[in-house]
Order: sequence, then C-alpha cells, then structure tokens
Amino acid sequence: MEWEIVMGLEVHTELATETKIFCGCSTAFGGEPNTHVCEICSGLPGTLPLLNQRVVEFAVRTGLATNCEITRKNKFDRKNYFYPDLPKAYQISQLYLPICRNGFVEITDADGNPKKIGIHEIHMEEDAGKLIHDEFDDCTLVDYNRCGVPLLEIVSEPDFRSADEVLQYLEKLRAILQFTGVSDCKMQEGSLRADVNLSVRPKGQKEFGTRTEMKNLNSFRAIGRAIAYEANRQIELLEDGEKIVQETRRWDDNKGYSYAMRSKEDAQDYKYFPEPDLPPIEISEETIESIRSAMPELPEQKKRRYIDELGLPEYDTSILTSDKAYVSLFEETLALCGSPKDVANWIMGEVMKLLNDTATLPENMELSPKDLAAVIQMVKSNKINRGTGKTVLEKVFTEGVDPEKYVADNNLAQITDLSALRPVIEEVIAANEKSVTEYKSGKTQAIGYLMGQAMRALKGKAPAQEVQKLLHEILD
Amino acid sequence: MDIRKLSALELGAAIREKKITVREAAESYLAAIESTDGTYHCYNTVCKEAALARADEVQKGIDEGKYTSPLAGVPIGVKDNICTKGILTTCSSKILENFIPPYDATVVRRLHDAGMVMLGKLNMDEFAMGSTTETSATGVTHNPWNTQHVPGGSSGGAAAAVAADLAPVTLGSDTGGSIRQPASFCGVSGLKPTYGAVSRYGLVAYASSLDQIGPLGHDAKDCAALFSVIAGKDEKDGTSMETPKFDFDAATNGDMQGKKIGIPADYLGEGISPDVKAAIEAAAETYRSLGAEVEIFPMPIVKYAIPAYYIIACAEACSNLSRYDGIKYGYSSPNADNLMDTYIKSRSEGFGMEVKRRIMLGNFVLSSGYYDAYYNKALKAKKLIQESFFEAFRKYDMLLGPVAPTTAPKIGESLCDPLKMYLGDIYTVMINIAGVPSMALPCGFDNEGMPIGMQLIGKPFCEAEILSAAVGFQNATDFHKKSPKES
Repeated sequence: MEWEIVMGLEVHTELATETKIFCGCSTAFGGEPNTHVCEICSGLPGTLPLLNQRVVEFAVRTGLATNCEITRKNKFDRKNYFYPDLPKAYQISQLYLPICRNGFVEITDADGNPKKIGIHEIHMEEDAGKLIHDEFDDCTLVDYNRCGVPLLEIVSEPDFRSADEVLQYLEKLRAILQFTGVSDCKMQEGSLRADVNLSVRPKGQKEFGTRTEMKNLNSFRAIGRAIAYEANRQIELLEDGEKIVQETRRWDDNKGYSYAMRSKEDAQDYKYFPEPDLPPIEISEETIESIRSAMPELPEQKKRRYIDELGLPEYDTSILTSDKAYVSLFEETLALCGSPKDVANWIMGEVMKLLNDTATLPENMELSPKDLAAVIQMVKSNKINRGTGKTVLEKVFTEGVDPEKYVADNNLAQITDLSALRPVIEEVIAANEKSVTEYKSGKTQAIGYLMGQAMRALKGKAPAQEVQKLLHEILD
Repeated sequence: MDIRKLSALELGAAIREKKITVREAAESYLAAIESTDGTYHCYNTVCKEAALARADEVQKGIDEGKYTSPLAGVPIGVKDNICTKGILTTCSSKILENFIPPYDATVVRRLHDAGMVMLGKLNMDEFAMGSTTETSATGVTHNPWNTQHVPGGSSGGAAAAVAADLAPVTLGSDTGGSIRQPASFCGVSGLKPTYGAVSRYGLVAYASSLDQIGPLGHDAKDCAALFSVIAGKDEKDGTSMETPKFDFDAATNGDMQGKKIGIPADYLGEGISPDVKAAIEAAAETYRSLGAEVEIFPMPIVKYAIPAYYIIACAEACSNLSRYDGIKYGYSSPNADNLMDTYIKSRSEGFGMEVKRRIMLGNFVLSSGYYDAYYNKALKAKKLIQESFFEAFRKYDMLLGPVAPTTAPKIGESLCDPLKMYLGDIYTVMINIAGVPSMALPCGFDNEGMPIGMQLIGKPFCEAEILSAAVGFQNATDFHKKSPKES
C-alpha cells in the first residue's frame, strides 16, 4: 500500500524584545541563574503582569508577513498547570482570541509548483523557566531567567506531506522572523522550537489517521530524522494491523529514536479561562497600518530589489537572502565599498567557505562589514592580489586581525613602484638561460615558467600584468 | 487630649498644628494594642520598632514641609494580604506563615509618600475567604462591641481595629463585601472603591476581577481622606484606571438636596432581620428629611448574584492560589519526599478548610466539560447584573440598602453551615460583580446593641458622590460616634 504522511507544525519562537513580556527584566540569553528575575516574573504573591507593547507589535508584524488576519480585540487567557518551572502555576497565553489567524506561507511542492501552507493561528504567550538537574547533589534546581520571555506560537494547518515541505516552511518562517526583527531564531538557544504533529493514511483516503506529537526537535537535521522515524514507525504499526496511540513523543537525537511521554488519557485539563489581570488589547486600523508601513523588507522583496536595482543574478539573490546574517553583511559591506557583484562573490565564495570550514552558523559570524569591505577594497585597488585577499580574509575571520594592519605588518602589499620590478625580472632571466633560449626558439609557453619564477621571486606581490609586460619587453 | 478619640483628620490637624507629635500618636496606639489586642486579636503583626522609627522620620518630614497630606503623621493598620517590604504578609494562612515580601504594594508606597505611619498587619479570613475572620490561621478576631461575636470578614481585623481604637484608619480589601460587611458588624465606615480606582499591585489576589483595596475609619470624612491618598492610576496595574482628581471638598459637603436614591426591593425581602430592615427604613427617612427623594424599585437580578459570585470568585481563586506549591516560598511540608508529594502535602497541610473548599469549587467550574455550564454562564449573569445597575443609575443618583441581612453572629455559628454564610453576602457581592463603588456606614443597633450598617452604592468612579451622601447622613445622625465599651 502507498502511504501519505500528513503533518502540522507548532512553532514556538522567542521574541527579540529587550525586556520580558510582563515585566522590565532583560531577555538576554545566558546570565547567571536567577539574575534576570524580579517579583513579577518569579510570580510572587500580589504581583501583576503589565503587557510589553512591543510584543503586540512583533506579533502583528509576524501576522502581516504571513498573510494573517489581525484580531482587533485581543485577550489573554490562563493555562493552569503545576510544574516547578512555572512559578505562578499558570501560563499567560491566548486560547479564545489569538492575535493572528488564517494566514499562509508559500513553499514549493515536490513537483516544483507553489504551495500554500496555511497558518491556523499565531498567539502570544510567556516562556517558562528551566530546570537543571544537579547530578552531584541529586537535586533539581530552577533558573527563572527565561521565565516571562515573550513567545509567539505559530500553529500551521495540517498541510505538510513531506519532510522537505516542513523544512522549506521552517526556512521561510525563520527568514521572515529574522528579517522582520521579531526573533533571532537561534535553535541551539531555544529561540526557535518546533513540535511536529504527524499521522499517516493510505494515499487517496480523505480522513486523517491518528496523530502523534513530537517534541524536543532542536535542529533542522533532527526534524528531518524524527519525521522519517515517526512516519516509518506508524506505517509499520499499521501494516502489522496495530493501532496508533494518540500521544506526545520525545525525540532523542543522539539515539535516533522517539519514545512516548504521555498519552491522550493522561492529557492535562488546563482549565483555561480569561486572564483577569490584563485588560483587553484593542488594535486599531491605524496601528496595523503604521506597523505595516514600518515593516522591514522581507526576503522576497529584497531578492527583487537586488535583481532590479543591483543587477545581481537571481541565483546570487537566493543565496544572499537565505539568512539575515548574509543580508546584513552584504548590505553593510556594499554601503562601504560599492561593487555589488564583487561583494556577493566574496560572501558566496570565501565567507561561506570559511563558515563551512569552521562549522560556524551565519548568525554567530563575527566578521564585520568594515573588515570585509577593506579586503575587497585592497584587492580592487590592486594593493593586494586576490590570492592574498583570501589569506587575509581567513586571518580576519579566524583570528580577528585588522586586515590593513595585517597586510602592512606582513609586508603583503603589492609592489607599486614599477621600477623596482625590472632588476628582479632581469635576475630571473639571467638565472634561467635554458627557458630563455627555448622561448626565443619559438616555444612561447616557456614564458609561463619564467612568469612563475618571477612571481615567486617577487613573493606574489607584483601585479601579474606588469610582470608579464616587462618580461616581453626584455625578451622581445 | 485623648489621642485615640480623635478622628484621623483631627489627629492629622493636631500633628500639623504641633499639638501632638507623630511619635506620641504612634506610641499611644502601640500602647493600646499592647494592652488590649490580646482580647481582640486585630493584629497579626505589630511593627513597633519600625513604626516608632518611621514616626520620627515623618515628624522631621512634616517639620521640613516634605509631608503636607492631611493624614501625614497619622498611624494606620494594613490588612495582612497587602504586601509590605520586609514585613510578614501572611494572608492569615499557614501556607504564607513565613512570607516576607521583597517589595511594597503600590498603596503602601502611597501611604508612605503621604507620611502615614504603619502600625502593623491586620487579621483577616484566610486569603480573604470568609465572612467572619474565623477562617484565619492565626485565630478569630473578636468584635469589640461584644467579644462573643465575630467582627465580620474578611477584613475583620481592619474593622475591629478601628472600632476598638487600635488604629484611627485602616486599609482593607473587598472582593464580595470584605470591607463593608465587617465595617457594618463593627459599627465603622468603609469604602469599596470602583474596580480600577485603586491599584491592586501588591494585594495578594483572591479573585482578581473583583478585588479592590479600600479605606475603613470612624466616619466618611476619614475614608474620603484615606481614599484620596491611595486612589489613582498605577502603571503597575493594567486594570487600574485614569480618573479625574478626587475632589475632597465635593466628597465631604454632605448636600442631599434634590438627590434621587433608589432602594432595591429585593434588598428588603426574605431573610432580612426586622432590626436591619427598620434601620434601613429609618435611614431612608433621614435622607428624605435632608431633601432627597427615596423610592423602592424592583431589582430581581439579585437572586443570581450569589451563584455568579461564587463561580467567578472561586474560579479565579483556584488559579491565583496555585502558586502556593511549597517550592519557592511559604510553607513546604516536611513530610514530602518527591515533587508530587510536596505539592499535595504542602497544600493539604498549608491551606485551611474554607480555602480548600473554594479551590475545589473553582477547579470544578473550570474543568473541561463544565466550563460553559458554570463559568460562562456566570459571566453572562455578570453582564446582566452590570446592565441592571446601569439601568438603575439612569433613574437614581445612588442606591441604598443594608450591608448584610443580620448583625454580627456569635463566634462558631457560621462555619458549620457554609451555605448560610455565603447567603449572608447577598447584598454585597453584586456590587463587586458590577464593579461599582459602595460606602458602608453605621445606621443603628439591634436589640442586643450590635451595630447595623447600610451601604450607599454609586455610579462607577463616583466615590465622591456616595462619600458625600455618607457625610450628609453622619452630619444628621450620631451612630458613627458611638463606641463599644472597652473590655
């Protein structure tokens, strides 16, 4: 039998606001445990939440960028459950009136046709703290730093039919969130998390199968592997005549399998009810319009502009707009040194190679546009040649050297005083009589060898064109 | 001069005129607390040292012109569910027996800014759940008029402290009558402000959509003065509202000429004791003699008030009280050896019976499958109740009625029959559901000499109007001037 996989995604993203959703504490990642904490986010008796308006703005931005309807009258609800990482024993979230609904993100299906993935809703909520098990003292400690960091939960329709579609959607969504400045989407810091709801059904069947929900997917790679594993598991069960149990499963990426966390029967009753401590939030047409008009350029718009205004090939624009880090580096470097195609080539060639060689994620790249522009400028003005340029960039990338100072300190600049070239070339000619004879007897390729010898003698610092010109001058 | 026989405003004036020092005022009350609070148990915590140190600081501030409030230098007691930095805030519950907040409630900051001196923290029903102060984990407060009787609740300590002259004014909180009913039982005045008029920041929540902090004192003028200190928008409370500045003169002029007062017929119906009914009718006569029009009108929605109130209040309470889990602060059971055990035992051992009853009720009405039948229906009733009030306010400037169907019961009479205790809230809970302000004040005594209270219910944010009506009544009567004999 041929099976079809059906998936829906719940994506949680931590917002890049300076402060938490209901208090003034910092949202910075890391920090000593329980240092970004106050009476409000630690849920002390008597405290009240105060909504950070930036969160609403970010949610609206995300909704507009994903073609959603924006809810004009918003409310928050309480989701009640006991857990030590949740100091109030309820999470302030939105159940009844989420801020965005009925949107979509466009991807490409297996046949290369555009396909819309529906967004069911996007709602605002607060993150919980973190439990740390101390093996040494055999106790569990709580860090409330992350408690109250604003989250958006983006719930898709069950529109995915393959892991590739899921990954495409996540790439698009990540780019949207990054470009709109809503989130930095660092998966390893937990600022982008995806849960996958998956079921299988015989191809052609209309009804959905019983689904499972998979959690703890911490990288795109893990998502791809977990989907393959879970689809196979379900298909094997069904082919053996067994039933799928509706449950939540946890993916273990080291071991490459998932295991059941809790079944539907153990599902908690969250006893949602409207949050009485926060008044309803009205979002006016003017607010939406002002957010729309101040919205940063999205990847698709950037691509178009790079093609139309900068004359870049479409291939280049796709690569450059695949990550916000590339775009920032590209645009800022361009502003410093001009030459869009040069800058694009350097980023797509050398920079991406260095990222790859050092296993660095683009968002963690420390290369500054100023340094990249300096390298490009030096090559363009013939101060150094392209090969030296690559060496310098690698030093900048790995050791953080100042490119101009490095070139000066290591005497890498090209010889600009052309009169200094002639004596060196004459010496090379004198030392390579055999090649000179060959050349003069008509073996013109012998000049290549002489060229090489001359460049070596000049330590690669002379403009090749000038060296060749001089060689001909002397020999002919 | 007997300091404790002065009203708060009189005391404030005497301090400003340098007839009394701030320290003398504080010392006088602290001495009285020391000698008589053993009998009444109004206070859970008395802050003697801190109060005296603060008194000297305030004196200096008054002398330097830093504190100019009419209540500067006046001592005050604060209900034990209002957070005070560095001072125990127990909500009269075992589960918070060791809780010392690291921050001050907004109202406490405002008392501080006005130069008031806090004497201590006042007893209450556990987490403000109860109508008698008998659910307190620290023991019942005794009614100063007759120590065999309860003071009412939940702000029993706050009302009894004023009645027994153990504080000139106090702060209480009112979720379903918790300021007005004890004020009525103890023969003092108390104001439940409009929802949103006073910041709830730092008030340990019972039912967030109903809770309001308000003043209690010997008369309406003292309540007006204290209300003007604590009222006003607070950035830390999203449900607090921007309101026009409170006009103290308008709130105390007492002019009733041409005012229209409505009495809900359903406030005088079945269950009301004859003494209470007679006192309300007499109060209506007093208002007529002051030039007001008074008439009785039907308000049949009253019968939905108690079920709607207990559903909404318990639903919010069960969520608000979930944070007391034995993990972060407060009581943690020493008998637990895993997480689930810590939750269950800390909560089972830390909460009292009435609190547990309301947590269970709340969890029940919010459970999946019951939400629409209970909680949603209660929200609909809330809307209808609000509409009934708006309807009434199209015809009347304010409403008049009893605070409670009876006077203060004897200690031990109520807890065995919680349903009866809940029914005693029939005249007060509706006001919280509607969010409107209500002023309770003494209007008579029953045949055993226990005080009877009435309430004046006003339009949203029209505290000045009902305070003024209370002042008018107190200018014409002397119920508020009577005090219990010291026992």
